[in-house]
Amino acid sequence: MSAFFKLLFRNRLAAMGAVVLSAILLLVLITPILPLNDPDVTATADRFKRPFSEGHLLGTDHLGRDLLSRLLHGTRLSLAIGIAAALIAATIGSAIGIIAGYFGGRTDNIIMRGVDMLMAFPYILLALAIVAALGPGLMNALIAVAAVNVPFFARNIRGITVGLAGREFIDAARLAGMGHSRIILTELLPNVLPVIVIAMSTTVGWMILETAGLSFLGLGSQPPQADLGSMLGEARSAMISHPHTSIVPGIMIFLIVMSINLLGDGVRDALDPRLRSGALSRPRATTLVERVGDTPAATDDLLAIQDLETQFHVGQRVYRAVGGVSLAVKPGECLGVIGESGSGKSVTALSVMGLVASPPGVITGGAVRFQGEDLIGAPYESLRRKRGDRVAYIFQDPLSTLHPLYRIGQQLAEAIKSHHKVSNAEARERAIQLLNDVRIPNAEARVDNYPHEMSGGMRQRIGIAMALANAPDVIIADEPTTALDVTVQAQILTLLDDLRRDRGLAIIFITHDFGVVAQLCDRVAVMYAGRIVEEGPTQVVLDAPAHPYTKRLIACVPELGGGRRELDAIPGLPPVVDDLPAGCAFAPRCDKAQDTCRAGTIALAGPSSRAVRCLYPEEAI
Amino acid sequence: MVSYILKRLLSAIPVLLGITIIVFLIMSLIPGDPATAILGSYATPENVEKLNRDLGLDKPMVQRYFIWLGNMLTGDFGRSFSLNRPVIDEVLERFNATLILAGTAFTLCSLLGILAGVVSAARQYGFADKAITFVVLIGISVPSFFLGMMMILLFAVNLRWLPVSGMFAIYGGGDLPDLIRHLTMPALALAAVATGVIARLSRSAMLEVLRQDFIRTARAKGVPERRVIMGHALRAAMVSIIPILGIQAGFVLSGAVYIEIVFQWPGVGRMLVDAILKRDLLLVQGGVVIVAACYVLFNIAVDVAQSLLDPRIKT
Repeated sequence: MSAFFKLLFRNRLAAMGAVVLSAILLLVLITPILPLNDPDVTATADRFKRPFSEGHLLGTDHLGRDLLSRLLHGTRLSLAIGIAAALIAATIGSAIGIIAGYFGGRTDNIIMRGVDMLMAFPYILLALAIVAALGPGLMNALIAVAAVNVPFFARNIRGITVGLAGREFIDAARLAGMGHSRIILTELLPNVLPVIVIAMSTTVGWMILETAGLSFLGLGSQPPQADLGSMLGEARSAMISHPHTSIVPGIMIFLIVMSINLLGDGVRDALDPRLRSGALSRPRATTLVERVGDTPAATDDLLAIQDLETQFHVGQRVYRAVGGVSLAVKPGECLGVIGESGSGKSVTALSVMGLVASPPGVITGGAVRFQGEDLIGAPYESLRRKRGDRVAYIFQDPLSTLHPLYRIGQQLAEAIKSHHKVSNAEARERAIQLLNDVRIPNAEARVDNYPHEMSGGMRQRIGIAMALANAPDVIIADEPTTALDVTVQAQILTLLDDLRRDRGLAIIFITHDFGVVAQLCDRVAVMYAGRIVEEGPTQVVLDAPAHPYTKRLIACVPELGGGRRELDAIPGLPPVVDDLPAGCAFAPRCDKAQDTCRAGTIALAGPSSRAVRCLYPEEAI
Repeated sequence: MVSYILKRLLSAIPVLLGITIIVFLIMSLIPGDPATAILGSYATPENVEKLNRDLGLDKPMVQRYFIWLGNMLTGDFGRSFSLNRPVIDEVLERFNATLILAGTAFTLCSLLGILAGVVSAARQYGFADKAITFVVLIGISVPSFFLGMMMILLFAVNLRWLPVSGMFAIYGGGDLPDLIRHLTMPALALAAVATGVIARLSRSAMLEVLRQDFIRTARAKGVPERRVIMGHALRAAMVSIIPILGIQAGFVLSGAVYIEIVFQWPGVGRMLVDAILKRDLLLVQGGVVIVAACYVLFNIAVDVAQSLLDPRIKT
């Protein structure tokens, strides 16, 4: 609870709202004992005195009544009426909601139909109809405003009650022979009460405004009694000649409503855990780059990732997701990057084209060179021109990676039209061609489907077709087969392999599955805690893994027809990358670890095509 | 699509019936003799007796409801005693003016609100975002009737840019430019709160969408950022913005009552308030039923728009 208040008041605006609201509340509470003029005593000689005139701090109104006194008494009345309306609406609405939710069935059905009907009205029509029937007056306005807000409470509280009514403690109370009314009062109500209080605090400002509105229309408080609304309503006729009589009550309503809004926003934010984690931040068009240190020199590779460092900055914490990774591919080559989830392999892949969500992602070092040109920190437009055109991505889970509201054909055509000036007809033609390329049957018809109308395997093919749209030089495939079943997975892998051979495409294939690597990749790099721990030609690594981690990882793969082999899960969990241990990150889970392993940074070492980051490798390399 | 629209229209029938029942029940709350209440305290005894007979107040309530409903279905909403003309004629004429005002305000708040929300989200924590958030906070906190009064003071009285009130100039007015001059302030004052609410909710809807995987896909394809925001993100965000527009339309219609009073706009809201003060209850009753029915139909249009936007909704 105190943590909640701390969060609430760290929000400066919310704190300001709280201060203003408290000041107003305090003022109206002590109004009766303040040395004020009688708010209803008229003095026609003193009409329309300006603010700061003698004896009248805020001046006087059209009947010579003291504005300050009327303002405080009016505020008192407005607040009292608003709060009373909120209490009445909350009580009646919650009672209806609890009854509907608790009894369910036909009772619920009939009550909720009625509530729906009431909510079909613009609120003011209902309020006006009630005031029309009962006649103008403050009490009737209060009844109208309360009645209009009853459905809101009924609906919310019913929802909560339905959830609670099915719980064990209610069943237990029933079995214990308690009557309905006792169950509702002693078991349900205490659990629903906090929700009622929260709903009330969010609507009370609204109800103060509504009653003020009715009074403004002349349907609420009747003279000489005045709330803020009727003060404003009466002042309206003299607005042009003596604006201060309107401005004074108007600003008071504004202050009340704004402070309640600020406080309400603060409460909502403090209760929403997503805001604290920064998860509601919008990712920028490219990843933020704050590079320190030198950029490595260019190589003759098609795509080279050099000493790449990508971090996530969340509050004061720094997660080193990628800690100095170097990888490279040549045309026609397929490189596998393998590791457990959280090893940094996807972040490495996304860093290439600046697609790491930022905030919180920041690229802090290294380079990514495409045909020698550094992409890190490149201007947005130059990066965009290469995205999807020279370097394309295939993502995991195509249900969330395809836009749900665009047709397949539109999404494919857009990939082309973002880079080439082609007509709509041509783009569509090309889209159908692409669907044929990835062997989607009946491409002519499928091109007009939406993603949700296709199966998972089909959608993955769409993802591949989209990556192929501009005949790129490099495809980065981020676990493209993880969500698919085995037969579909095999088909997709064959498809990618064919494309690579036919078009000389370079592929970086990210996966956590050694089986997939064995089938597709020429070379493999193993990642652990943001670093490469071993790399080499696929067959060599598979046959003779040098790093203990690689060995355990390979041991995890069940072999078909290989008889009973113990599935050897790795004990422990990968480390959290905001607090990496010195030395080998795998040491805590490694059964061969020595003190020297934990001492200092271990280099990735070995002959040119083969390297391992281990002091005591399993195999000499 | 046609069958979906028909289905939604059919489903509106019970809601419309419910509205008439609620209005009927509220009107039966009238304390004392309804005929006197309807005709007002100046009514002659003969008139009261005649009205009692006309309204069938000697009959049981259920029967009375069906007579009233039957009359309404034939377009007979009774006669307004204060204006001495059929209720339906008066309401339709006034509703026209309200539609111009509320329709303009609704268009304004939808366009401005969504635009502000999109800019705010695209420039999150930037200067534009902070400026918009601040203006929006003020906008949703000023009661529309106070804002309207302040606008009159500033733009009509002090700067003399725009007319103080009314729908047309008394002399020589009546054309479209004249209407626009008169419409500007009330439409802006009426749109203010709803613009703020829509801007806030559009901003969070956009932020929600911008974190989705399909936005990353669009960027990975090389789609220009402007199109990522205005195309991919906004289109997906509209799925949650459109229902908000439907709800805000109700608030704009409600707010129109205040704005019509402040700006002397000859709409149905001002008619209702006048009718209440004159105890012209048949006029109130007819006005409420007709406006509420239009609002129900408008919400069906919102549902249809939603189904056009989102192919995942079964039609």
